[in-house]
Amino acid sequence: MSEIPAIELRKINKSFGPVHANKDIDLVVKKGSIHGIIGENGAGKSTLMSILYGFYHADDGDIIIKGKKVTIADSKAAIGMGIGMVHQHFMLVDNFSVLENVVLGAEDSALLAGGLSRARTELKRLEEEYELRVDPEALIQDLPVGLQQRVEILKALYRSAEVLILDEPTGVLTPAEADHLFKILDVLKNQGKTVLLITHKLREIMAVTDTVSVMRRGEMVATRETGNTSMEELAELMVGRSVLLRVDKEPAQPEAPVMEVENLTVTDSRGVQVVKDVSLSVRAGEIVGIAGVSGNGQSELLETLSGIRRATSGTLKIHGESIDLGTSTLDAADMRKKNMGHVPEDRHRMGLINSFTEYENSILGYHRDPAYSRGLLMDLAAIKKNAVAEIEKYDIRPPNPMLKTANFSGGNQQKIVLAREIERDPEVLLIGQPTRGVDIGAIEFIHRRIVELRDAGKGILLVSVELDEIRALSDRVLVMFDGKIVGERGSNADEGELGLLMAGVEDNRMTAEGGVQ
Amino acid sequence: MFETIILMMDATIRVSTPLLLACLAGLYSERSGVVDIGLEGKMLGAAFGAGAVAYITANAWLGLLAGISVSVLLSLLHGFASISNRGNQIVSGVAINFLAAGLTALLGQTWFRQGGRTPSLPDGGRFTEIVWPFAEQVRNIPIIGPFYAEVLSGHKILVYVAFLAVPLTWWILFRTRFGLRLRAVGENPAAVDTAGISVVWMRYRAVIACGILCGVAGSYLSIAVGSGFGVNMTAGQGFMALAALIFAKWKPVSAMFTCLLFGFLDAAGTRLQGVEIWLIGEVPLQVFQALPYVLTVVLLAGFIGKAIPPKAAGIPYLKERS
Amino acid sequence: MSGGQLPRWVDLGLIPFLNLSAAFLVSGLVVILIGENPLDAVKVLLWGSLGYAEGFGFTLFYATNFIFTGLAVAVAFHAGLFNIGGEGQAYVGGLGVAFACLALDQYVPWYVTLPFAILGSAAMGAAWAFIPAWLQAKRGSHVVITTIMFNYISFSFMVYLLGNVLKKPGSMQNETRTFEDGGRLPFLNDVFPSFGFGYAPVNLSLFVALAACVAVWFLIWRTKLGYEIRSFGANATAAVYAGISPVRIIVVTMLISGGLAGMMAINEIMGSQHRLLIDFVTGYGFVGIAVALMGRAHPVGIILAAVLFGMLYQGGAELSFEMPNITRDMIIVIQGLVILFAGALEHMFRPAIVRFFTPSQALAAKEA
Repeated sequence: MSEIPAIELRKINKSFGPVHANKDIDLVVKKGSIHGIIGENGAGKSTLMSILYGFYHADDGDIIIKGKKVTIADSKAAIGMGIGMVHQHFMLVDNFSVLENVVLGAEDSALLAGGLSRARTELKRLEEEYELRVDPEALIQDLPVGLQQRVEILKALYRSAEVLILDEPTGVLTPAEADHLFKILDVLKNQGKTVLLITHKLREIMAVTDTVSVMRRGEMVATRETGNTSMEELAELMVGRSVLLRVDKEPAQPEAPVMEVENLTVTDSRGVQVVKDVSLSVRAGEIVGIAGVSGNGQSELLETLSGIRRATSGTLKIHGESIDLGTSTLDAADMRKKNMGHVPEDRHRMGLINSFTEYENSILGYHRDPAYSRGLLMDLAAIKKNAVAEIEKYDIRPPNPMLKTANFSGGNQQKIVLAREIERDPEVLLIGQPTRGVDIGAIEFIHRRIVELRDAGKGILLVSVELDEIRALSDRVLVMFDGKIVGERGSNADEGELGLLMAGVEDNRMTAEGGVQ
Repeated sequence: MFETIILMMDATIRVSTPLLLACLAGLYSERSGVVDIGLEGKMLGAAFGAGAVAYITANAWLGLLAGISVSVLLSLLHGFASISNRGNQIVSGVAINFLAAGLTALLGQTWFRQGGRTPSLPDGGRFTEIVWPFAEQVRNIPIIGPFYAEVLSGHKILVYVAFLAVPLTWWILFRTRFGLRLRAVGENPAAVDTAGISVVWMRYRAVIACGILCGVAGSYLSIAVGSGFGVNMTAGQGFMALAALIFAKWKPVSAMFTCLLFGFLDAAGTRLQGVEIWLIGEVPLQVFQALPYVLTVVLLAGFIGKAIPPKAAGIPYLKERS
Repeated sequence: MSGGQLPRWVDLGLIPFLNLSAAFLVSGLVVILIGENPLDAVKVLLWGSLGYAEGFGFTLFYATNFIFTGLAVAVAFHAGLFNIGGEGQAYVGGLGVAFACLALDQYVPWYVTLPFAILGSAAMGAAWAFIPAWLQAKRGSHVVITTIMFNYISFSFMVYLLGNVLKKPGSMQNETRTFEDGGRLPFLNDVFPSFGFGYAPVNLSLFVALAACVAVWFLIWRTKLGYEIRSFGANATAAVYAGISPVRIIVVTMLISGGLAGMMAINEIMGSQHRLLIDFVTGYGFVGIAVALMGRAHPVGIILAAVLFGMLYQGGAELSFEMPNITRDMIIVIQGLVILFAGALEHMFRPAIVRFFTPSQALAAKEA
């Protein structure tokens, strides 16, 4: 125990305006270990790591590296102290080659030629030592995300990083790529490097870390040897009380299908097929959950069904009508007219206009509804009246329709979106990530509303990357992998089994049953 | 006929020079992610600074230095607004154009009392033509002779500076550390920041480079081709340089050819005034004047290739809060 | 995002005031630099623009131009678009006015011609904005760049038309014939002789401009289209989610913007010059940017800013007469400084002010 830790943080504090993102954080990271930091979205993990990497400055507290107290003025200083970081959103220049990205900021001299040739040799060495193969001349924009991440790791190693911070590294990876990453992390550890793994996924922590620290609401609440803890304990520490998501609901009473999708294929702007021949149906009075690692086509599926994105081919049957999605020009407004509501995955990017007031947001997408307009004009009185009613019904706080939505908490913002979509009484509701960045209290409220809507005989298509949420809410679970639906399970689906499907392991039952209905 | 072609080529080079300098200036700025519609104003400011100092000192080099200084100062103002204060780069550029237009005329009138113009330059206040060796001797050799003597030889030094700046810019952009970082900061400033390089300082260096080249461009107008500063003497050339930059897709060598093309159109417009062209008839001067802009719009429309600006151009860099 | 919430009066009052003060302070320094007393200059400027009825008439005449071009820029701002082409749109808008006046002036009184002139100018201005709008909507080429290009194209286009097509036969001037009474808007001096506007060209188009302000206010804050324009400007992705078509919003907004810029020509051509001539826009389109920035893209703010710029124009003319050292170019300098401080440097004072107001604000924010 007398060994000097690679990194030690003492009483780190950081505030952004009124938000106290890090409160008195203490952390000790052993050299040559994989140390996990786990916590919910918004717990302050990324802020803490940005402080360690010199991106932000702590308001107070000490950073001690290899026994020496240091100040990290900027990223350059952090790099100089042997700290490397792989950001959640890759810090790569898309139209540069791998080689150019690796040398950027570490070019050796004013002329490029020398630095580039040294990097070429060095990359070859790193490639062999850590099994990190990538073509140095390839342009970043042509590489799959898994390889882009590898370039980020190579960048850090090229700068002889001793400590490697990875911020939510598996969010964009397929399970196979994630497994490969974990192997790489093991190799790094064996070569004496220290790894800090930031994640909100318990499974990853259990799979690769030696030690795990838990953050909750800006505070460091516990540190455990991974071998001496369990997922249950960590989950409880993360949320502050024992909540294994359980939603009280009766068994579903599904009736006739309200939405049927047949052979839907979607191609993105780069020409890659992101949704491949997907067929599914949602019946009145049931919640169909779509499980999957993020980036496997769920987002595109929701966007296509809601009219935001164009499909390549496929049919949608809704509201007694069959629509050829390959040729239709229906937009989001048209889909709403067909009684389809949509709670988008990202409320900041899509669901709300945060510089608008609450009442203006309460009709976003429904502003042409005759209930809220008179001819060319908006009926402000009716809009405000409706906003006040929704605020009351959904317990939105503060109860002020004149306030900009930027000033509401995540949970209340989500309630604003949910109220807007549910109260328009849709036949089908598409919901993406209903509780992302939402506090526990609001989560329960939101889940209850969704189940109520189901019990009122509506069809719900739910997309979530939180497997627990999918299992708690869904009456049927479809698993999406690589743009395809690779399996279907009932409401009592086994977690491990779903995990395998999400990882792309072939499902035998499906072929036996002759595909998804 | 042949003589006309030689004269047209000579005129093309002379007209293209300030465009090319300003275009390369804009290239440094925009490649770093700072959009610059203030090229016009910087050129005008430089033309005035150069004209005023060259008149007072009777020294063209001091004039050039003054022109560059004025332009760099305006660049720094643009940097202060758009890099340090993360203001809107378009608005800042518009402000610089106004300031330059107003201040040059106002100060010109205050100092020289000739309606905003600077007085005619004394000897030594202007750059003179550089005659290449044997230019006179080879003049009579068919084709090559006149080309050597008229088109290549006999320009002001700033013309050669402009055309040498093309390979130099290419080399800086693609073969040096500065160039690598410059291109990176215009594509993904966050990547540059996390690599431990100051985004702010990188962009300041880029706008300073822009200021220097714009300074040469403006000085060329007042103390090389012209003989003193005249009110609003840039007459939109800064905007045409901006059009050329887009037309050249932010590439140095293409920038040269684009500026030569635009310069040629200008020379042709002047030359063909009142001339009947076979089958077409007389082409109005205004067609030639509008053509560079029309061509650029056609390019922007995506009908001849696609102009993709540096990804971060126009967006102030702000560290994201996670 | 903006680094803290501020009380409304600070955001809408104090900060613009500080920005404007900085601009005028620097302007004062420029006046000192050219060897004049800034306070005397201000006195002359105020007297010249507000001190007597005729001067005030000129101020209002210029303000009318600025209201149109300022509204044009502001409407586009609301959709997140930067229409820098007001100059060209106003210039081409002159064609619409001229067509209406040349066709009707000998047959009908001005009030019959006026609606056609309004429609014509708006239609021509909108048409000139259409291609940039369409290219932005369909091809993603930035309107800032394309509208600049269209400004220059309009200069050549109009010179050609006026020099070769519309020119009065036998004239050396590149201009149309002078309109008869049916193509002339009454001067306010003739309508309200008691005000004593004298030779000031302020005319009935001032009321057209004020009506346009009301119409724009209504459009932006009371209509569904305005809601869609603001939605698209504030968050384009959310607008698509809401079923708002970006193509439609970009094109429609730019058409409205171009139309408003084009209507500036009513004041100049039908209200004052009574003929279409070269270069009648002379920078009013560009100054519209400053007016919209200062007026914070709100019609009331735009009226105030337009009057201020009108004062600068008129007072500046007076100033160059009284103090010959301060030429009219001083006005261009002041405009540049206003654009700089109220536009590009608008956030310069903000951090300090946020810090000043934060202690009490932090608590309030926490409770929310």
